[in-house]
Amino acid sequence: MYYIQPHYHGIARTTDDYERMAQAGVVAVAEPAFWAGFDRHYPGTFIDYFRQISEFEPTRAAQYGIRHYCWVAMNPKEAEDVTLSREVIAQMPQFFDRPTVMGVGEIGFNRNTRNEQTIFREQLELAIKHHQLVLIHTPHLKDKLKGTKMTLDLLRELRADPARVWIDHVEEHTIRAVLDAGFWAGMTLYPQTKMSPRRAAFLLEPYGTDRQLVNSSTDWGPSSPFTLQECAMEYRRRGHSEQELLDVFHNNPARFMGQNSKFTIRPLRLVEQ
Amino acid sequence: MADQTTVLNQCFLDCRCMILEIAAALDRVDRAKNAGKEDMRLTQLHQAIRVLIDPSVKEDRSGRILTMFSDPID
Repeated sequence: MYYIQPHYHGIARTTDDYERMAQAGVVAVAEPAFWAGFDRHYPGTFIDYFRQISEFEPTRAAQYGIRHYCWVAMNPKEAEDVTLSREVIAQMPQFFDRPTVMGVGEIGFNRNTRNEQTIFREQLELAIKHHQLVLIHTPHLKDKLKGTKMTLDLLRELRADPARVWIDHVEEHTIRAVLDAGFWAGMTLYPQTKMSPRRAAFLLEPYGTDRQLVNSSTDWGPSSPFTLQECAMEYRRRGHSEQELLDVFHNNPARFMGQNSKFTIRPLRLVEQ
Repeated sequence: MADQTTVLNQCFLDCRCMILEIAAALDRVDRAKNAGKEDMRLTQLHQAIRVLIDPSVKEDRSGRILTMFSDPID
């Protein structure tokens, strides 16, 4: 079984993760730009961070045979600082041509504030202008429902191409609206709190698996990259075939990110000898 | 699609465990100082538990409960 871990914050993890992920069948990861746990003050800090995830982090992953891709963005949390955000956004295009940069992400809402919306809109416009893929973070907990609706409204207004937009962290009360609007829907798995591997396996069934992505929350907080494999095991336990597992956990990420020609891992089809 | 017996075979013990965790947490709330003080979170928990056992709710308990725990849209 092969996996692509499409939302992985490698800079917050040790190489133990890469080693064990490689042993567990992960062939590639993609690392969005996110909130590091504290609010940064200087645009240069973000530019160095983008360099870290686009230049250095691939070398760490490569030691274990894992291909590392990344995204660049001003994340929703720090988007509250509009002045700082605009200084960062102005420098983002220089990264779009880097060999492992997939697009703009993760952008979106955190607490659904006006400033967050301003910066979300500006980054969406930038992504559309530069034909970049988009990865969207929807808020957690009580802010998720409203934030998802505001996200969909903004995407509609800007006429974003749904095929090129991945709306992440969906749950049972937001997934239908995302899929009905034609976007890709990602489920992020947690060992405790928020979406669990079992609930995610269940959610793969009623809506069909086209345009569904599954990823582990792997950051500086309580999280594990192996919730992905736990979800796969649960999905298999429910009677789904190895090809169905490959389609969800390897091929769907390959299809979405393969829209950027830099992502060269192709979907796999099992063939019996 | 799996039948009900199979699904329950797979999930019963985990559900039992999770229900006991909630029961123990609510017991702690009852034993705490100022127990009985109004708290929106407790109200939400009680409402969510009612959804779990409401026979008219079929197949979308998770979505209903998540919506209950969400900020209003408008």
